Amino acid sequence: MARLIRTEKEVEGTYTEQWVVVEGEDEALDQWPQGPRAVVGTPARRQDGHQRARGEAQYTADVQLPGTLHAAVLRSPFAHARARVDLSRARAAGWVRGAIGPGDCHVLQEEPSFHGAPVAAVAADSRREARAALELIDVEWEELEPLLDPEEAVKRESFVDETRRYSRGDVDAGFAEADVIVEGEFRTQVVLHNALETHQAVCRWEGETLEVYTSTQFIWGVRDSISNQLGLPPDRVRVVCNYMGGGFGAKNSPGDHTYIAIALAGQTGRPVHCALTRREENLAAGNRNATIQRLRAGARSDGTLVALDGEYVNAIGWAGFNGPTFGPMEMLYACENVRTVTYGAKLNLPPNAAFRAPGFVEGTFGLECLLDELAGRLELDPLELRRRNHADKDLVDDRPFSSKNLLECYERAEPHWARRDEVRARSEGPWRRGVGLASQIWYGGGGPPSYAWVRVGADARATVVTAMQDIGTGTRTAMAQIAAEELGLPLDRVRCELGDSARGPYASISAGSSTTPSMGPAVRAAAADAARQLLEIAAQRFQVEEHVLSLRDGQIVSADGGSWPLEEITGLLEDAQILGKGARGPNPAGMRVLTFGIQVAEVAVDVETGEVKVERIAAIHDVGRVINPLGARSQVEGGIIQGIGHTLSEERLVDPATGRVLTQTLDAYKLPTIADVPEIVTELLDIPDEQLTNLGSKGLGEPPIVPTAAAIVNAIRDATGAEVHELPVSRETMLRALAEAREREAARGAPAAV
Amino acid sequence: MLELRINGGTYEVDPPVGQTLAETLRGDLGLTGTKIACAEGHCGACTVQLDGVPTLSCITLVHTVGDREVTTIEGLRDHPLVDAFVRADALQCGFCTPGQIVSAAALVEAEPELTPERVRHAMAGNLCRCGAYPRIEEAILTWRD
Repeated sequence: MARLIRTEKEVEGTYTEQWVVVEGEDEALDQWPQGPRAVVGTPARRQDGHQRARGEAQYTADVQLPGTLHAAVLRSPFAHARARVDLSRARAAGWVRGAIGPGDCHVLQEEPSFHGAPVAAVAADSRREARAALELIDVEWEELEPLLDPEEAVKRESFVDETRRYSRGDVDAGFAEADVIVEGEFRTQVVLHNALETHQAVCRWEGETLEVYTSTQFIWGVRDSISNQLGLPPDRVRVVCNYMGGGFGAKNSPGDHTYIAIALAGQTGRPVHCALTRREENLAAGNRNATIQRLRAGARSDGTLVALDGEYVNAIGWAGFNGPTFGPMEMLYACENVRTVTYGAKLNLPPNAAFRAPGFVEGTFGLECLLDELAGRLELDPLELRRRNHADKDLVDDRPFSSKNLLECYERAEPHWARRDEVRARSEGPWRRGVGLASQIWYGGGGPPSYAWVRVGADARATVVTAMQDIGTGTRTAMAQIAAEELGLPLDRVRCELGDSARGPYASISAGSSTTPSMGPAVRAAAADAARQLLEIAAQRFQVEEHVLSLRDGQIVSADGGSWPLEEITGLLEDAQILGKGARGPNPAGMRVLTFGIQVAEVAVDVETGEVKVERIAAIHDVGRVINPLGARSQVEGGIIQGIGHTLSEERLVDPATGRVLTQTLDAYKLPTIADVPEIVTELLDIPDEQLTNLGSKGLGEPPIVPTAAAIVNAIRDATGAEVHELPVSRETMLRALAEAREREAARGAPAAV
Repeated sequence: MLELRINGGTYEVDPPVGQTLAETLRGDLGLTGTKIACAEGHCGACTVQLDGVPTLSCITLVHTVGDREVTTIEGLRDHPLVDAFVRADALQCGFCTPGQIVSAAALVEAEPELTPERVRHAMAGNLCRCGAYPRIEEAILTWRD
C-alpha cells in the first residue's frame, strides 16, 4: 500500500521537508552486503563512451532543428547603467527575424546591474548575422555608480538576503579558557565554471507544447521554472537533454538564454537557438563568488578546540546563492562553542551560481589552514589535532550521523602523511618540498522524489527509463549497473535511457552530489519490482515455490540446484513486457547524512620565483557504497584537478574602477592543462551507509574538490614556513608570503627557514 | 564554390567569406563531431587534421583550406584510440573528447614511441574541464593494447 510521509531533503546544504509516497516494495529491500558484487562495485566502462568519443552524441550545441534561427544578446558594457533601447532599426531590417528588448522578456533589463547583463536580443538565420544585427539596436546608456567592494556593501547593508547568525555554547568563555588562540583573514577569489559546452538552449513551440532542448543539470527544475514563469501546465513544457557538456553547478536553472530563446521563438514562430559565446559564458553564466573570512580558533594545550569564531563575507554579485561558507566551521569538528556570521554582499558584479561544493570549498580553505597554524603553535601533529577533535555526532542539530568513517580515512591517510620526512629531504636548490593535509566534510545524501521504470523484453534484456540527465558523471552507466545487479543480468544486457521529461518519470537534480543517492535506490526498487514479477512467472512455469528462485548470471536459479536461462521465461512473452517501477524512499529520520574524507598534498615551491608545483595528492573519501569504481576514480581526479586550478591559477579579474570583467577568454583565464596534473592516488572506503536507502551510496561529485586548496596551502607552509591566506597562490602572492615569513623569523631573531 | 576534401570524400560548399572551417563542418555539412567551445583558438575542442597536422578549425578560414585533406573525428571513428579512451575512462562529459582524439591520433602517428612527458607536452593545447587528464594520458600511452 502506498504511504504518505514527511522526509527531509538537502541540496547544496539547504534542507527542506517534503511529502513523499513510499510503497511497501521499496522498504522491503535489504542492502546488498559490503564489497564488490557481480556488477555493482565492479569497474564498468561508460555506456555512452563511444558515442561521446566519436562525436556521435548530440549535445544541445549540436541540435539542428529545421528552420532554426540563431539568437544574439546585447549585453551591458557597464557594471551599472540605465539603458533606453530602440529596436526600430533592427525591426525594420528584413533579414532580422526577431528583436526583443526590456518589456518583451523578463530577463532583459532596463537598468542592467552588472557587466554582461542582458538588455536586448535578436534572431537571424545564422549566428553570424545575428551578431551583426546587434549593431542595429540603438541604446542610449546612462552610466550609474557601481558598488563593487564587498566590505563597502556590508557597511551599506547591501545584501542579497538576510544576514545569517549562528552560535552554540559560549564562544567568549571558550576563548577565555584557551591556551592558544590563532586568527587570520583568508580571502578566496572568483572562479568560473567554464564547462566546455557553453550555456545554451534551443526552444520551439509545437502546438501547445514548448520544447526546450537545453544543456542542464536539472531537466525537471527547468520544466517547473519555465511553467511557473509562463503560466503553462508543467507537462506542456518538454525538456530534453540527452548529452550535456559539463555544468559543475552553473546549469541548475533555465538561465536568461533559455527565456530569450523562448521569447524569440514566440515572436518568430520558428525554433530559436540561443548559445552563449565563451566570452558571454565568462561574464554572465555564474561563478564561484569571492569570500573574505575572518577566523579565530582557540584550543587547550592538548589540542581540544574550545572556541571557533568566523565572520564570512560572501561577495555574491548582483544575485545568486549565498552559500554555506560557514559550514565547515560549524560541522567539521567537535567544538562546543562556535559562532559565525555570514553576509551575502550584493554588488554590481555578475551573479554567482553554485559551483561544486559551494561555500565548503572556500570555508574549508580558511578553517583547515587555520587549524594547521594552530597545530604549529601547539607543536602538535596536524593529523593528530584533527583526530582529537573528531565529532562523533552532528553538533549543529545534536543528531547522530547516518554513518561516518572519517577516523578510518585518517588511518588510511597515515602512509601518505608518513612520506613527509622523505619529501622534505628531497628539497634542493631553490625548490623546497613539503606535505600538507586537510579534512573534508560535505553533504551528499540526496533524497526523494525520484522515480525509475524498468522494462524487460522477450530477449531477456532490460532498459531503465527515467527522465534524469547524465552530465558527464556516468549516471547512465551507474543506473544500468544497479538494475543489472538486481536482475542478475550481465551489464551488457541492461541499458539506461534518460534525458527527456516527456519520456520518463520525475528524476533528481544532478547537483549537490545527489544523483546516485537519489536515483540509484529508485532504479534498484524498479528492477526489484521487475525481478519479483519474473520470479512469480517462473515459479508458475516451472512449478516450484517462488521463494526458492533467484536471478543470477542471466539465469533463473533454483535453490535445489536447477537453473534456466532467463530467456526461457521472457521468451514466452513475445511482444509483452515485464514493467517494474520504483521510487526513492525517505531519508533516515533524525539523522545527518554527510560525506567525509581527507587529502594529503605534496608540493614543491621555488622560493626564488614563487612557482608552486603540486607533485602528488592522495585522496581518501567516505561516500558509502561505490557503484562504479572506474567512474568514481575519474570524478575524484577531476575534482582534485579543478581544485588545483582554484588554488594556483584560476581567477576572474575585474577592473576595480569600472567593474568590467577582464578575463573573458580561455587565454586570459587559466584552466589547468594536462601538463599541470600531479600524481593522484584515490582511495574510496566503499563502506555502505546502513541507514541510507536500499543502496547505502552517497554522492561523490563534490567531496574531492573540498579539501584540495587547504591541503596544498598547508603543504606550502610545511615546505617554506610561508602562511598563504589568499587564493589563487600566484607567484606574486607566494613571494609576498615568503617575504612575510622571513620577516617573522627575523623578528623572532631566529635564522630564516628559507 | 569551394571543393573540400574531408575524410576521404569531396564536398562542395559555398560559404560566405570569413566563415571558419568549424562553422562549415558543423553548419553546412552536419559534421557536428567537431565541437566549438571557445571559437577563438584557446581550447582545442575544434581540432581537426589538415594533411595530418592538428589544426584549430575554429580559427581556420574555410577559404584557406585549399586542397588539403581534412580529417575530422568522423573520419577517425574506427581509430583504436576511441576504444582506448573508453577503456581508460578518458572522458566525462565528452565535449572536448573528439578534439582530444583528433590531436592524439596525429601524435601517435607522428611519434609511435611516446613517453608520459611527451604526451603531456603535446596534449597541453586540448583543455578538459572535467579533468580527465590522467586517463587521457593513460589512453594515449596504451592505445595499441
